[in-house]
Amino acid sequence: MDPLIFDLSTTPLREVNAALHAADLDGEIVREIVIDKPAGAHSVAVGLDAPVKVSVEGHVGYYAAGMNQQAEVVIAGNAGTGVAENMMSGTVVVRGNASQSAGATAHGGLLVIEGDAAARCGISMKGVDIVVGGNVGHSSAFMAQAGRLVVRGDAGEGLGDSIYETRIYVRGTVASLGADCVAKEMRAEHLEELAGLLKAAGFEGDDLSAYTRYGSARSLYHFHVDNTGAY
Amino acid sequence: MSTSNWGLRESATFDRQTIAAIQRAAETGIYDIRGGGAKRALPHFDDLLFLGASMSRYPLEGYRERCDTDVVLGSRFAKFPLHLATPVTIAGMSFGALSGRAKEALGRGASEVGTSTTTGDGGMTPEERGQSKHLVYQYLPSRYGMNPDDLRKADAIEVVLGQGAKPGGGGMLLGQKISERVAGMRTLPQGIDQRSASRHPDWTGPDDLAIKINELREITDWEKPIYVKVGATRTYYDVKLACHSGADVVVVDGMQGGTAATQDVFIEHVGIPTLAAIPQAVQALQELDLHRKVQLVVSGGIRNGADVAKAMALGADAVAIGSAALIALGDNDPRLAAEYEALGSAAGFYDDFQDGRDPAGITTQDPELAARFDPVAGGHRLANFLRVMTMEAQTIARACGKAHLQHLEPEDLVAISIEAAAMARVPLAGTSWIPGQGGF
Repeated sequence: MDPLIFDLSTTPLREVNAALHAADLDGEIVREIVIDKPAGAHSVAVGLDAPVKVSVEGHVGYYAAGMNQQAEVVIAGNAGTGVAENMMSGTVVVRGNASQSAGATAHGGLLVIEGDAAARCGISMKGVDIVVGGNVGHSSAFMAQAGRLVVRGDAGEGLGDSIYETRIYVRGTVASLGADCVAKEMRAEHLEELAGLLKAAGFEGDDLSAYTRYGSARSLYHFHVDNTGAY
Repeated sequence: MSTSNWGLRESATFDRQTIAAIQRAAETGIYDIRGGGAKRALPHFDDLLFLGASMSRYPLEGYRERCDTDVVLGSRFAKFPLHLATPVTIAGMSFGALSGRAKEALGRGASEVGTSTTTGDGGMTPEERGQSKHLVYQYLPSRYGMNPDDLRKADAIEVVLGQGAKPGGGGMLLGQKISERVAGMRTLPQGIDQRSASRHPDWTGPDDLAIKINELREITDWEKPIYVKVGATRTYYDVKLACHSGADVVVVDGMQGGTAATQDVFIEHVGIPTLAAIPQAVQALQELDLHRKVQLVVSGGIRNGADVAKAMALGADAVAIGSAALIALGDNDPRLAAEYEALGSAAGFYDDFQDGRDPAGITTQDPELAARFDPVAGGHRLANFLRVMTMEAQTIARACGKAHLQHLEPEDLVAISIEAAAMARVPLAGTSWIPGQGGF
């Protein structure tokens, strides 16, 4: 079947998203959809809930593939703020760089950013897996609750501040760790987990021993007068 | 205090409550966290009175002539606005802060009278969705339990920037209430002291919010009304910016609005009274020619039909109740006096919603305590209360000659204190003087 093609320079975004929400996109036929000339539009391919493949041929603005369920979305360009925010399942791949809050609050699925991600990557993540090919900015994995964040480059300041149960793997340097985030031992299960994440994201062959695992020291899980200096 | 010894003089500055607070802080080393709203005396609706009709205005006959109460919320952009039978709605309160049965009762009570109820910082429960004819789904900084399936099930979406009890503060839920189910819905470890974010994770400021609201509309195919809720502070500007961002409805929550758990210092010292916020909000809407087009919902200390009528006369389209709804369910019931006293509190004073030991079974996750609360009976009590509030408001509106609650207007009101007159922008009773507006 030929892919369904939408040209965002001539078709209103509302029409495109409405078509992507249509009831016949339900897995019986895995359809391929191409969104051409996005030109930085916001809210491209948001609210999908079908096992379809969506190729976005260019740069997108805020919240591309927001709240994605099931769909496999590939953005052949850079993504603005909040790409794949609150994603539940499926896969979102950004071939370029991503702006701040990539994968914010996402509950599931896989987000791959082949380039760099800006500040707050994985903020409040709740179960998603995020793999970043390059660096991440400051305050990444802030209050991260669950899921895994892999950074093949360096991490900015305040990594994992007030982190809960997310596991972070960083290959390069970390400018600074946030409150209650500490380096942890890389056990066999973590090496296995990291290898699986890298493979899923298309980054096989990394030297796993170059990575460090970070997570919560769990010392701020309860209010205590002795912790006030950390806040 | 013994009243026989008039030689004892209590300091107005260091009164017994102040002394107790200092002693408590010195002993524990941590600030006081409690539930409820501001307890201090504030200019409020009690400082306003209605001018009933006489010679210059005709009243409507009570029980004979119609005084309608319905309201449509979300007509600006949404395909399916809410059409409520009464303008008294139920404010957002989370499952987590409240038991599942209490949430169910709120849904039952609201549905019985044709009004809406609202989720909270913790996601949507099936009990609540199932029993709520009109359910508003809150979109909060924490995004606990946020998922697109529930978003599509909602009848409206409320983007929460803050609440009156703690404008600028994030949610808080102490470990006693993070049960297995609450923890699961919020993706948190069981039993931790949860502190949620005060800022949204993926937008900052009104220009971003416009894009965020557009995303929520795109995800839900422009069907649902989108509310923006703010804690009352710089209300004039916040309401203008909420409208700029594309809100269908603006919710303004004054500092008397309750919370399940917040620092006492925050509750008592941040925000402005509901009375001061309403005229600011109405002015902002009027200047944008959006009054009655973007609906204004007011909350924070609404207790009876007179408060409803006063809020609406000042320009609100609807109100929301939280604390009053919990009282209607059975919170602070004198029949539980002995149990409140065993907790170091008293019926009529209980505000330790944060610690999960509520003997009424409302603000708890303890299965035994929660089982005490009957959601069917509680829901019916709430429905009764909502009916009474609506009838009370109608009584006043008819006396002012109004065939619809929304016909009430500021000209129907006077104030009995200078402070209230200045805040509400209505004349001091017996004069034409509105402080700050000129005239005498």
